[in-house]
Amino acid sequence: MAKVVVLGAGISGHTAALYLKRSLKKNHEVIVVSPNSNYQWVPSNIWVGLGLMTPEQVKFKLAPIYKKNGIQYKQALAVSIHPEGNESHEKPFVKIKHVSEDQKDQEEEVEYDFLVNGTGPKLNFAATEGLGPDKFTNSVCTYDHAAHSWNNLELAFKKMEAGERQSFLVGTGHPMATCQGAAFEYILNIAFEVTKRKLNHLADMWWISNEYELGDFGMGGAYVKRGGYITPTKIFTESIFKEYGIRWIKRAGVTKIEKGIAHYENLEGEYLTKEFDFAMLIPGFAGAGMKAFDKNNDDITSKVFVANGMMKVDADYTPKPYEEWSAADWPSIYQNPDYDNMYASGIAFAPPHTMSKPMKSKNGTPITPTPPRTGMPSGVIGKIVAENVAHRIKTGKNEHPHKASMAKMGAACIVSAGYGIRQGQAAVMTVYPIVPDYDKYPKWGRDIKHTVGEVGLAGHWMKLFMHYMFLYKAKAKPLWWMIPE
Amino acid sequence: MITKGKTKNIPYSNISYGTEPTRMTKFWRRCFIKQIIRFFMLNLRIMRIVVGGHS
Repeated sequence: MAKVVVLGAGISGHTAALYLKRSLKKNHEVIVVSPNSNYQWVPSNIWVGLGLMTPEQVKFKLAPIYKKNGIQYKQALAVSIHPEGNESHEKPFVKIKHVSEDQKDQEEEVEYDFLVNGTGPKLNFAATEGLGPDKFTNSVCTYDHAAHSWNNLELAFKKMEAGERQSFLVGTGHPMATCQGAAFEYILNIAFEVTKRKLNHLADMWWISNEYELGDFGMGGAYVKRGGYITPTKIFTESIFKEYGIRWIKRAGVTKIEKGIAHYENLEGEYLTKEFDFAMLIPGFAGAGMKAFDKNNDDITSKVFVANGMMKVDADYTPKPYEEWSAADWPSIYQNPDYDNMYASGIAFAPPHTMSKPMKSKNGTPITPTPPRTGMPSGVIGKIVAENVAHRIKTGKNEHPHKASMAKMGAACIVSAGYGIRQGQAAVMTVYPIVPDYDKYPKWGRDIKHTVGEVGLAGHWMKLFMHYMFLYKAKAKPLWWMIPE
Repeated sequence: MITKGKTKNIPYSNISYGTEPTRMTKFWRRCFIKQIIRFFMLNLRIMRIVVGGHS
């Protein structure tokens, strides 16, 4: 009987665990280790941050789902990986620390035959002084952050209703932050809510971003088919901002937050500030912060993980100039090069480089978005990792029939901008592939037939449809596996 | 201040260079019949790129 340990129960880890159990059935053991007792459908956190959904509508308890599906669940934090075992374990193991009330702070060593690291991002608020919901800004990265944001946003709306002017600042809170799409969605929704309340004359809406141009979104921008033209996402995004009355600051790395003031440096090397009454700024992401040790208990963390804590996989990490980057640099099976029974899926894997061209300020500060890994690629990667691990267990061969490179995978970004079956609206962008491939698609970097951008009610319905469909799938209800990632 | 709709454009400001939808475009964005068709078309497109993107 093989034992597969999955670290993390987010979109990627949870998907991997469900597919593993479906494939391996009762013959093998699947164990999920996650400190969170709930699964959350992250894309809908935006609606929690606007008071349009409650946290209960975007989350559910993991334990009953895992029990029903025969998956062991340990509510614990993974502390370290020991891929060679040690003097007391012949097999590799993971050291975990329980966080549940009944076992709090108890440590356990869980042996494995295969390890899937799907730990997701550590929200690195500490990398920017004063950033985060415990300090001076808001976040929509988790459902509790989003609920906290809504409390503060509601307060801002009340002040406006009393005639007080409010300045909103939304965007990235670190020079290397990613996930611009979530911030983009949040500011459009705030603008929609301000208009709905007829408070436009009292609102200053500002976008701040580390993107070189708007619409970069950490993927080097894109060209989309729109209204009879092939349009850069720069124009697409600027036009949406113009329509919603949002002004912007680009090429800006936020370095420090004080009460009501964001300090930032731009590519010109200028140190500037922007005042705000309400700010929602996305933090930098890092790996989960696990350590790794060999059989002699020597620290091999730098062998297994890159500097920001994300796990090395089958990517080409050779440092190269931007002009030499290739689609082939990107991993396709997410297997660790040193320990072939370890995989990293979703946000936990280390990308070979950014997708956006690296930029530095005149003072040498890197100001570039890091690659985004939204729900769709995270789910797909979780699925193919599970299928490959199951294949290896069943055949005993180190083969990987399933592949999913971000340079061959498409993604859709649905940015809602208003809520309601008749009043809702969303900007839908599809890109194929996610990582531009100028060898295969020399003119646009992507297949222009599948790379589109449009605004309308249909996009909002899609976002609502996906909310219910993916929660259904994540709850492993009948025929869940037929729903694509 | 949010500058929407009929408010004056500020020449040479960043925001002045973006395109804006016409009334007809806004109508089509909310036209129920067109949007139902777009809903199915977009779902189909996304299904194709998701399923075709991995083996």
